Amino acid sequence: MSPIRAELTVDRKRRDYRLIGGAGERAKSLGLVGANWYKPAVPRSVMKELMGRRDADAIRDTILWYALILGAGALAVLSLGTPWAIPAFLLYGTLYAGPADSRWHETGHGTAFKTRWMNDLLYQVASFQVMRRPTVWRWSHARHHTDTLVTGRDLEVQAQLPINPMGLFADFIGLKLAPTELVKVLLNTTGHLSDEEKSIIPEMEWPRAINQSRAWVAVYALVVGACLYLSSWIPLLFIGLPSVYGAWLYNFFGLTQHACLPENVLDHRLNCRTVMMNPAFRFLYWNMNYHVEHHMFPMVPYHALPRLYEAVKDDCPPVYTSTWAAYREIIPALARQWRDPSYYVRRALPAQRRARAAAP
Amino acid sequence: MTGWVRVGPLADIDDEDVIRFDHGDRTYAVYRVAGKVYATDGLCTHEQVHLCDGLVMDCVIECPMHNGRFDIRDGRALGAPACVNLKTYPAKIEDDIVFILVE
Repeated sequence: MSPIRAELTVDRKRRDYRLIGGAGERAKSLGLVGANWYKPAVPRSVMKELMGRRDADAIRDTILWYALILGAGALAVLSLGTPWAIPAFLLYGTLYAGPADSRWHETGHGTAFKTRWMNDLLYQVASFQVMRRPTVWRWSHARHHTDTLVTGRDLEVQAQLPINPMGLFADFIGLKLAPTELVKVLLNTTGHLSDEEKSIIPEMEWPRAINQSRAWVAVYALVVGACLYLSSWIPLLFIGLPSVYGAWLYNFFGLTQHACLPENVLDHRLNCRTVMMNPAFRFLYWNMNYHVEHHMFPMVPYHALPRLYEAVKDDCPPVYTSTWAAYREIIPALARQWRDPSYYVRRALPAQRRARAAAP
Repeated sequence: MTGWVRVGPLADIDDEDVIRFDHGDRTYAVYRVAGKVYATDGLCTHEQVHLCDGLVMDCVIECPMHNGRFDIRDGRALGAPACVNLKTYPAKIEDDIVFILVE
């Protein structure tokens, strides 16, 4: 264990992850905040080509995604009053919320489309579907990229230590994010932002965050009004509740990104996973399975990540050959971290691998 | 002291691209777009990332880290997470050599 990590994992408490009163100041004193991270050398001409934007891929994928949602929604309507409604709504919710995570993510980086308004529009809609407040999470995610898995700085650590199995499971099936976001939306609506939110969002952006929450509440009021008018839960099953019952898919993908990898290291090859996924998963997840590469070069659009992977793979640890291969590591590692919070998965860097291969 | 400083040959900057230029204790970003050259501070006003690794699209530079975007002609921040404008400097081409006016 590196001296830095050792210092920050002694007696790890959940409160260490808080932005205010957590381990952030200690991380800063150790040089982990806003630090220089390892980056492989990629020729400028190659990077320029990889960072290039285009609209066609994301337009095609967005049309296909909403067509799938509408198709699943039609199945759900047709199955109302029958036992088939359960799988039909599960499919609808999964398609409504699952890919919304990766669309929120990619458009938040501004890399999905070349045309700016298309990024902005899909960002707002996908944020609503996945139930992440657009302004708050834009800034939270910028911090995630600056200080990835730095304890007390990064708000997006999914498997926090010590592991709480029930909490992790509740989060996985959507019972954590959406309900807590709903409470925060209601608080924001009154003009209130928490100190933590204020610490990551510049003051000039506060009115935007508050107005977006008010717009969301107006939409939810319409949906609830429709429920009351129809004396039925069905409108909420189509808009609102899918953010809960459809969340499992993006958590299933998202857990592969960083779970059980070390915190407080300045090398994305050590704290991110690149997982080879099948074409269907890659469509739903918009290539975020290339997560090491994404963190090294966040401005490379999703459609160029496979090519970026080819450009840097010799400088990275071996990829996980399938989603199953990633989970074969993650599940036992989570169990071990439950018992021993100081445990983490160690990734072998190319130089270490070469040294091992050359050893007699 | 204010004065024109030689950056280098125009040919060193691809069209619709940017290079880093260090002078004194400061770092600058020098751009070439459609035959014209522009200069700004070299670091993003959001989190001090070098803009020379970013992407130039028309007259917009995009920070390589968080998608902070600036108009290179006047330094205007074009949206979150870039909220503070970028300082710009006059730039010119003389005999295929690029110069910027620094303070």
